Amino acid sequence: MSEVDTRLVSMLDSIPYARFLGIKAELAGDEMTAILPFAHHIVGNPMLPAIHGGVLGAFMEMTALAQLSVAAPMKRQPRTIDVSIEYLRSGRPLTTYARASIKKLGRRIANVHVEAWQETRSAPIATMRGLFLVAPSDD
Amino acid sequence: MSDHEQTKLIATAMNEGSPQAKALGFTTLEIGDAVAILKVPYRPEIVGDPETGVIAGGVVTTLLDHASGQAVHAAMETFTSIATLDLRIDYMRAAEPGLDVLARAHCYKLTRSIAFVRAVAYDRDPEDPVATAQATFMLDSSAGKKPGANLKPPRAKTGSTGQ
Repeated sequence: MSEVDTRLVSMLDSIPYARFLGIKAELAGDEMTAILPFAHHIVGNPMLPAIHGGVLGAFMEMTALAQLSVAAPMKRQPRTIDVSIEYLRSGRPLTTYARASIKKLGRRIANVHVEAWQETRSAPIATMRGLFLVAPSDD
Repeated sequence: MSDHEQTKLIATAMNEGSPQAKALGFTTLEIGDAVAILKVPYRPEIVGDPETGVIAGGVVTTLLDHASGQAVHAAMETFTSIATLDLRIDYMRAAEPGLDVLARAHCYKLTRSIAFVRAVAYDRDPEDPVATAQATFMLDSSAGKKPGANLKPPRAKTGSTGQ
């Protein structure tokens, strides 16, 4: 396992809430795809059924944090300053994927955009923009 | 049945019937007059930062979304399905480890199609918030959709590859 792989796996393993949701991640070079397998306990609307909007928000926030851990070693976990989530389609009972794009990683602030989709990458179910307070390692 | 009793039933159904709300242990403490106050009990499984024991931001996101939805139901005269369109959250500070987190949501404007909500999450005092949120909801979101609609493949996909 590469150093980046190790950092990503230990980051996701160490967060109880990421384990609670069942979030996993795959790395291809520096490109990471976060995976949220469907499970009964992530449903918000049992009638349709649809994944809870809050879970999709949480999944995309976790994707941003994971992508930041891939991008650079941090002295401590980044702190979320704000997020803006847009819901485009209902989350069906399927595996959900997400990718994050770091628009800026400064010495203190990171700006990250995330997109989540299910069967069709070009038809995202939700997007998120987030700002994070970061502390990259000096070395 | 009074409006308040109906709203209380909707709140209970939303907490007990929604698997994620149930898994997180959401309860509605107060509901009525376009306002809902919900609680998520602290427990180790929902921690976001293992070094500090602080509850995950994502849990607060879900609580704010859920409380906002109940505030919309508390503002409407008759029940209709709703869906979150967007949700913007500012995280002011970390919630205190070990404390339950509460969310108070107010649906301050209802139009024919859209509901506008402001919400605040806190652990001790609403004047010292953990996070604040602003959300919009679409009303009658599952118009024409039958139960189980999401179990079928979608009709037309934007940007589909034509398979």
